[in-house]
Amino acid sequence: MRTILFLLQKEFRQIFRNKSIIAIIMVMPVVQLIIMPLAADYEVKNINLAVVDHDHSPYSRQLISKITASGYFRLTDYSASFKEAMQYIESDKADLILEIPHGFEKNLIRENEQQLFIAVNAINGTKANLGGAYISQIIRAFNQDIRIELVQPGRINPLPVVEITSSNWFNPLMNYRVFMVPGILAILVTMVGGFLTALNIVREKEVGTIEQINVTPIKKHHFILGKLIPFWILGNVVFSIGLLVSWLIYGIVPIGSLGVLYSFIAVYLLAVMGFGLLVSTFCETQQQAMFIMFFFMMVFILMGGLFTPIESMPDWARGVAAFNPVSYLISVMRLVILKGSGYREILPHLGIIACFAVVLNAWAILNYKKTS
Amino acid sequence: MTQFTTFIKKEFYHVLRDRKTLLILFGMPVVQILIFGFALTNEVKNSKIVIVDEAKDEASTEIIGKIEASRYFEIEKVVANRQQIETAFKEGKVKAAILFPANFSKDLQHQNKAQVQIIADATDPNNATALTNYLSSIVQDYQSELNQPQAVPYRIIPETRMLYNPQLKGAHNFVPGVMAMVLMLVCVMMTAISIVKEKETGTMEVLLVSPFKPVLVILSKAIPYLILSLFNVASILLLSVFVLDLPINGSLLLLLAESTLFIITCLTLGIFISIKTESQQTAMLISLMGMLLPTMLFSGFMFPIENMPMPLQVISNIIPAKWYYIIVKAVMIKGLGFEAIWKETLILLGITLFLFAISLKSFKIRLA
Amino acid sequence: MKTHSNEREISIRANQLTKQYGDFIAANAISFEVYQGEIFGFLGANGAGKTTAMRMLCGLSTPSSGSATIAGFDVYKQTEQIKENIGYMSQKFSLYEDLTVLENIRFYGGIYGLSRNELKEKSAALIDRLGLQGEAHKLVASLPLGWKQKLAFSVAVLHQPRIVFLDEPTGGVDPVTRRQFWDLIYQAAEQGVTIFVTTHYMDEAEYCNRISIMVDGRIAALDTPHNLKQQFQVGSMDEVFYHLAREAKRIES
Repeated sequence: MRTILFLLQKEFRQIFRNKSIIAIIMVMPVVQLIIMPLAADYEVKNINLAVVDHDHSPYSRQLISKITASGYFRLTDYSASFKEAMQYIESDKADLILEIPHGFEKNLIRENEQQLFIAVNAINGTKANLGGAYISQIIRAFNQDIRIELVQPGRINPLPVVEITSSNWFNPLMNYRVFMVPGILAILVTMVGGFLTALNIVREKEVGTIEQINVTPIKKHHFILGKLIPFWILGNVVFSIGLLVSWLIYGIVPIGSLGVLYSFIAVYLLAVMGFGLLVSTFCETQQQAMFIMFFFMMVFILMGGLFTPIESMPDWARGVAAFNPVSYLISVMRLVILKGSGYREILPHLGIIACFAVVLNAWAILNYKKTS
Repeated sequence: MTQFTTFIKKEFYHVLRDRKTLLILFGMPVVQILIFGFALTNEVKNSKIVIVDEAKDEASTEIIGKIEASRYFEIEKVVANRQQIETAFKEGKVKAAILFPANFSKDLQHQNKAQVQIIADATDPNNATALTNYLSSIVQDYQSELNQPQAVPYRIIPETRMLYNPQLKGAHNFVPGVMAMVLMLVCVMMTAISIVKEKETGTMEVLLVSPFKPVLVILSKAIPYLILSLFNVASILLLSVFVLDLPINGSLLLLLAESTLFIITCLTLGIFISIKTESQQTAMLISLMGMLLPTMLFSGFMFPIENMPMPLQVISNIIPAKWYYIIVKAVMIKGLGFEAIWKETLILLGITLFLFAISLKSFKIRLA
Repeated sequence: MKTHSNEREISIRANQLTKQYGDFIAANAISFEVYQGEIFGFLGANGAGKTTAMRMLCGLSTPSSGSATIAGFDVYKQTEQIKENIGYMSQKFSLYEDLTVLENIRFYGGIYGLSRNELKEKSAALIDRLGLQGEAHKLVASLPLGWKQKLAFSVAVLHQPRIVFLDEPTGGVDPVTRRQFWDLIYQAAEQGVTIFVTTHYMDEAEYCNRISIMVDGRIAALDTPHNLKQQFQVGSMDEVFYHLAREAKRIES
């Protein structure tokens, strides 16, 4: 028991003397939380529109002003031909082309039907989708306006109409930052817990001090505890700093209880550190450890539902997500911080992460042999 | 010259013998392509929703049937009252809810008007918008079916054509980005660490006092990673073409040439970092935090640059990956030629030369 | 130099100890005995198997076959007890560079179970003895190599183990510093600590009570330096070694 205290003393001294670690713990949360939500905005706005108007009629002008008035689109140019408009697409100056054919207004009135041509730069699928959807919506509304204007009242029997009211819960302002911040907190905790633990142990291997420890009567589990505890504490510190920054800068206050959050983080850290430990037993050099950890972290984060929803993933990917501790953390972060979920709701997540913690740490301890 | 080749050979041995790192070096682009190509998408699919059917009549049943049939949705449960919606959301099991009030069909028939309520979990705003739109369109489908017999006059029919990527596959956007990221990672980080490691172990001093020009020593470290990176570019392209069905529309030669330029830019950056840092750990951290994160954020492939506040947009201009990403998109996906990208190429060249100059200067200062 | 012929208590006993890696036999059926309080030198060229042998005796590596007892404890079944009773100093000196002198001493002392009072007394005594009063609160990284070595040795014997294992402890320092280091070793031996030291400095062989010379994984010679020189009719240990080692097949480790 005393051995652990000595180990902890040594670890903490080493950590605080290590400038880069201090930098990471203090600076990284702040930087990530400030820059990432600012940068990571998936909202689709300012779609650049090039219009090719062959008609120049009141209707075409009305349509165009309705489109620009919507706020989603920015009029880049009036081009004389489709070919000219394409140049804008090629140079990324326009995302969308609207071509209004010659005789649009006349033909619509006379033939009851008329076409409009839209070309969308679909390299960014989301943008294209939403851009196409927005412009279709506006055209439909415009269509309805014309219909009401042209059709004499009484000629149409009242049609049954289903009125749709929609509301947005938990984030009524549709603020993308609200979505990103809990996810970023998750990344922070994961990186500190996983990365630093793995690197630290491999460093001792590389330098040779681990051999010295192996010759002493220090038991396996003491040594590992001595490594886990400091970084566990650090993980909690980073998380707290993160929460503070989220509150100060974005005004995000967890709706759920902090107790729930911290309990989950406590168990989660054990799991992710167990993973770092495990990786460290396979590596001889820091370079390897870092590279391998980075690879796994990247996969975990990408497939954890941070940027794109897990539901949209194919079956095999969702299977992977089930084994990905980060996906549980991201989910719980959002549930508790944004929706106020409590112990009851996150119990399944907690249970699974606890299993991860046990399995990973056990595996790591088994691997870590003092004798070869 | 043979001395130079000896050095390069030695570096290759170092790299090739570290099996674990090698595995990741080659495996990573493959895995990333798989993930980005197949797993990551903002498309709405299999979204779980909860239905509150207080009406339980003909109309509501029919609409529910349509929802069930839709590939966008998976009905998690159908409940009888609205109180249970909140719990369902809080458990994280559903992303949207649709409510049919009692007397839904009756209202439609007698008053020609009925209400339906859609509630979306807006923690993911885009997802919420999409879900609301899809649910609305299902309801509107039903409505127009009711209205079938009457013809609707004055119809404007928009015909939409998707350029470059008719199937709206994410690959077109991601693959160029993955290329940028992988090259950045390998070239910057690995080169930096490899050089700093020699500094740390002291073998660098030995090399520096040998008759070889220090420049050659450094170059010999960069060359294996240059070749490795070209392999990576090739593997990414092969994967894109054969696995993701993403053809190379422009000139392959131009693409490879531009990639080589970008690789050299990253190598120079790695060398610069290695000159400025003393420990492997610091080199790693700078590469990761200082290079990779900005690359991911500011290259434009994950998040649209035009959405970012102005200062961040300005910062994005100094990130080499941003320019490379534009070049790859232009050549590989839009099929354009050099005339379209000469500006970006020039910028990359400029960044490289700048990095090279300050590296040389820092290096000479150290020796002096 | 004292001879310890009247102390026949056996500190280390190895019998046909072997370590095999696949087809490669690093240590081939080595047998020897080391007496308590003896300074036993383990010599050999690089790759001869010295480090392999020592790692087995420390409990760092499990032998492929053969038997050994260290301080009376079996090398297969009682590794934990072995560790409690030995000290170890590796080639890399195994002090934490980013901790101070005092912090290193207190850490290792605490690990071996010294009480708080013992720690205080012993660390003060150690620092005095080594003359490190001015450096007690400086990081080990700032010490010159010779001082690091002396400190590492002192830390290794701080808990008064029965045996201390030294793996090539004096690399890279001037002869005066090496002599001072060996003074420390003598002091410890006088207190009854068995010293098991590997080295490839042949002049250090003269300082030992007995030495063994390993060649190609086997013990090619085991005796006092005096006897060996007589046996080979040469004037220095260098030449003894040269006689034995030039037949060696394995050079590089």
